[in-house]
Parts: sequence; structure tokens; C-alpha cells
Amino acid sequence: MRWACVLLPQLALDGVLRRRPDPDTPLALITGTPQRRILQTVNSAARALGLRPGQSLTAAKALVRDFATAEYDPAEIVRWHRFLAAWAYRFSSHVSLDYPRVLMMEIESSLGLFGPWPRFEARLREELTALGFRHRIVTAPNPAAARVLANAYDGLCVADEEALIQVLGQLPIDRVGLDREVATALSRMGLRRLHQVLALPRDTLARRFPAEVLHHLDGLTGRRALALDCYSPPDRFDVRLELNFDVESTQALLFPLRRLTADLAAFLAGRDSGVQRFSLLLEHAQGDDSRVPVGLLSAEREAAMLFELARGRLEQLQVAAPVRALRLVARDLPAFVPQHRELFEERPQQTLPWEQLRERLRARLGDEAVHGLCAKADHRPEHAWLSEGQSKAPPTSSPRPGWLLRAPQPLCNTRVKILAGPERIESGWWDGGDVRRDYYRIETRFGQQGWAYREVGDNGPLQLQGWFA
Amino acid sequence: MGAVVALDSLLDQRRVWKGQPQAQPVSTQRTGHAALDAALPIGGWPESALTEILLQDEGLGELQLLWPTLARLTGKGERIVLVAPPHVPYPQAWQAAGVDLRWLALIEASGKDALWAAEQCLRSGSCAAVLCWPQQADDRALRRLQVAAETGQTLAFAYRPLEEAVNPSPAALRISLEARPVPQLRVLKCRGGLAQPAPIPFAAWH
Repeated sequence: MRWACVLLPQLALDGVLRRRPDPDTPLALITGTPQRRILQTVNSAARALGLRPGQSLTAAKALVRDFATAEYDPAEIVRWHRFLAAWAYRFSSHVSLDYPRVLMMEIESSLGLFGPWPRFEARLREELTALGFRHRIVTAPNPAAARVLANAYDGLCVADEEALIQVLGQLPIDRVGLDREVATALSRMGLRRLHQVLALPRDTLARRFPAEVLHHLDGLTGRRALALDCYSPPDRFDVRLELNFDVESTQALLFPLRRLTADLAAFLAGRDSGVQRFSLLLEHAQGDDSRVPVGLLSAEREAAMLFELARGRLEQLQVAAPVRALRLVARDLPAFVPQHRELFEERPQQTLPWEQLRERLRARLGDEAVHGLCAKADHRPEHAWLSEGQSKAPPTSSPRPGWLLRAPQPLCNTRVKILAGPERIESGWWDGGDVRRDYYRIETRFGQQGWAYREVGDNGPLQLQGWFA
Repeated sequence: MGAVVALDSLLDQRRVWKGQPQAQPVSTQRTGHAALDAALPIGGWPESALTEILLQDEGLGELQLLWPTLARLTGKGERIVLVAPPHVPYPQAWQAAGVDLRWLALIEASGKDALWAAEQCLRSGSCAAVLCWPQQADDRALRRLQVAAETGQTLAFAYRPLEEAVNPSPAALRISLEARPVPQLRVLKCRGGLAQPAPIPFAAWH
């Protein structure tokens, strides 16, 4: 087994920064009681201005006037941690969240698919950077060692146990994850590096120190196997982005929306599923949330397409009240079946497949705007067609017009010539739409050919119902 | 001057440039009407281009003009899109004309949205033919459709009123349908050749 430790050194800060359009402006996360607010974390721009973690907010305000603040929220960290685990689940079947702010992934079994390791690592780093998270990655033969080495190294790859002992041995004794008292006691004994401790007889260590010390050391060297919990991804996607200001136009929602749909795509790729229906919730300061449902005809998971569809729906919406937060909820996550493609496409420039085109049209024109046409076995013209389904009716022998008017029009004051007819259509007594009509094929004086009827027993004008176009 | 030079020798010396008739590409999109095919310089619909059908009124056979083409395309399993048709297509009539309705898609839209939808369908390249009924389409809108048809390599058909015949158009082919004195077609413009001034009898109905 080989374990990759992805250490996320500023998870809380990245979680806040990634939803801001300008990540380079000074930002500080604040915690503490309302009486005494303290800076918990600052980004590099804020650090350059002299802000430090642990400063009180009043001191910071006295030092620098212009910096953004956000609440340090431990629940937020847990959420981002789980989100990244869902992302990592795509690359490894065994992802563990046992260590805080660390994704521990078993990678040896994934190397056949994503490897060799340098390429795999480059891919992990690229995707993490795209998602907006700072990271350090170290691999080692066991998880405890990987975690400890990630404190000191980035990009280190320890191949086997022998090399592991070598690398671990060089670590200072206060960096190997031992308790502070133990580390101080050891250093006071003159043991500055781990290899000096490992060289000691085990029974003397066991006598002088608590049992956890030997446990920890055995875990590091791989003498004792660690059982880590296995992460399993949730069945639904629910991410909320709080906006720092009131947003009144849909244009300003596009940036957070792009983030949300990209996150959804990353989540779906990790679960190897697609999404068929999701909803956007716009939260207002007062009143109910506005809900924007987005439905697709087939399961999809491409980030750009999801964004474009959600955008199409969002842009139709009139934002009633200022928006405080944006939330994306996807419950229906069916399996994703990639579209079958021919090796040699018949149409060389098939840039957009019909399914995606249909979704794009539906997103802008409405769900009902794109439909098919099929025939229904009914002699009444207005009941002879359906917009969806399978055609069952055999074509009739008598000619029918190509166009059917949506509502019949009376042919008043027009001289028409009757070319053929009458053909009686009498049907529908069972469903209340009873008709008894005599149909004629007519020609107007402009040469148009139409299909018109007169109710049986009625002497009024002919009713035009179709054109032989 | 004055020396008599035989034409043959000039030609042999390649000092006289002789214009040669370019071989016309032959369209693979037959119209299904022999007389019309014969009148068109490439023997069929212009491929990857916009065709305009101008007519005074409805019910002059404007669908019968296209049904053979649509039947052939749907028979091959290619998709046909009607963007904002003015009426409901009567399925039995379309089936009787040989159109496979499984490959027919209708888009309900109006005004600018209809033009947008038609352009998207043409540009996507996933449809074989797109029929549209643009309302008050100006030169720019038609040019957009024409470019989209080229990009997506799709047949585009636009039905427009006959009054538009006097306005220039970027369409590759313009046909007008007339019912009087006899049902006939007139090719107003065709790319790659001179339009025949004589009308073509259009005998689809009778």
C-alpha cells in the first residue's frame, strides 16, 4: 500500500477566497467572542500589510484600515473537507478523513489507471489549483508517516520502507507528531533527531514514556498497521455560497454560479454519476427563497454545459429582492452513461450533438418549446396529432393537408371552388368531443388549396381547417 | 502589326488566355422534382446554404416542394427541425409523403427567439435540414442564417412572403411559388449560374 497525504494548509481561507472574484485583496478570518474579536487566519496580501493571526481586530483596524473580513466557521471547514474528499474519491477507492485538513488517499491500486506517480501527482495538483485550494502532497508507505512528512516536505515521494526510515530519521524530534512534553523530554535527553530515538532499545522507551509514544513510533515505521475510516460519498449535492453583499442582478450571480456548477461537476465525476435535475435557490434577506429548477432530458456532468444551462434558466428570472446567498441542490444523481460515438463521424463538423442542442434550446425557450410530432389514430383532425410519443396510426388513404390550423377559421365572403368532397368525418361520441362534419377540398381565387368543413345540418360558412401546402 | 498570326499558334504559345468553363460541383441533395433539378445549375439544393422560398399565400404547395427532400433525409435517419412553424403539421399527411416523424423536431418560438433557435440548429451541425419562417427578417438576420448553415453544413430553408423578392438577399437560392395562371416555380437567383427566366411547371398536386 502507498498513501498520498494531501495536506490543505489553509482550508478555511481557501474556502472563503475561492468564492471571491478578487482573491488578491487583503482578507482576514475572524473568530472569538463578540467582546474580543481575534484574527484567526490572514491571506498573503493581508500578511504583507502587517496583519498577523492572533491579533485583536481593534489592533488590526488600527494598523490597516482597508481589509476584508469574514467569519471563521469550523462547520464550513468540515464541509470543504468533505467536498474535497468527494473529489478525491474519483482517484482512489480508499479516501480517509481521519486526519484534520488532510486527505489521505491510498494510491498504489490507482496507479494502473492514473499513474505513473509523477503524472498522477501533476494531475492532482492541477485540479486542486483549479478548484482553488493550496496543498502539499507527500507519499509514503504508511499513512502516519505520510502525515508527518507532509509537515516538513512537499512533493516528497518515499518509495519503500528502507527509504522511509532514512527520511524519517532526519526529522527533528519536535516535528514527528509526538506530544509536546514527550518531545521536550527527549530533546533534553540530547535526542534531537528521530533516528536517535529509533536506535534506543524498545523496553527502555516503554518504561520511561507512555504507551502512546511507542504506538506512534511503530505507526510511523510501519511496524503497526493503522486502520483508517473509508470515506463514502454522499448521495446528494448541496452547496451554499454566501455572498458578502446584496446582489440585485443576475449578471453578478454568474461568478458564484460558475463556481457552484464546477463544484457539482467535480462531485459528479468523483461519484461517476450525472445529474438530471437540480435546483438553484436564491436566498433573500426576507421572504422565501427563489427557486430556479433546472431539468435535463438525460444525465449530464460536463461543467461548461451545466453552467450554460443554469445560466439560461437564471437569466430568465426577474430577481425580486436582493440575493444574499446562492445554493445548489442536486438530489437526483443517476448513473452517467457516456454518449456512444462513432469512430468515423459521418458529419465531420458535428460540433454540438443533438441532445446538448436540445438542452440549450429548452434552457432559453422553455421546457415545452422543443418537441416531436406523432400521429394518433383518430379521424378528428384536431385529435390526430400528439407532440410526444410513438406514431401508431397508419396513413389514411384519402389525402390530408400538410398544415392544420390551430383553430378553424370561417370562410366568409370568399368565393371558393370546391375541388373534391364531401368526406364525412363523424367521430368522438364517446369522449364528449363529438363531431359530424363534411369535409371539402377547396381552392380560393388566389389558387390556394385548403381543407374546409361544414357541420352536418348547418348552413353557415365553410370552416377552413387546413392548407394543402 | 499586320502580320497575320494563326490563332492556333497563339494558343500553342500560351499567349492567349482562354477562359474555361469551371466544372460545376454536383449537388448530392436532389430536390426530388426533376424539372427543378434540371433548372438548377448544380442539379439540386445548394449544400450548406440557405434557400429562400417566396410565396404569396399559404397553401400553394410549399411543403410539397420540400417533402421529397425531407422524406429522403429522414429515411437516412437524419434530423429535420421546424423552427416556429405557422401551423401544426398534420402527421398523417407528412407520413403519407414519406417523412419519418421520429426524426422530426418542432421548436416553438417567436420573433428573435425563433431566429436564434434556427441559427443554433444550423450551427450545431446535428440537423440535416432546418426549416424556418422568419418574421421581418432583415438582411443581417438572413446573412447570419446563411453563415450558420455553412458552419454546420446543413440545409436551411426560409419561407418568406413574395414581397421580399425585390429586396436583395444573401441566400444561395431563391425560388418563388406562384399559383396563377398555372402552378409554377420561378428561380429568382441561384448561386453558380444564371437564373432561368422561364417558369418551371410545378405539378406536384395534380
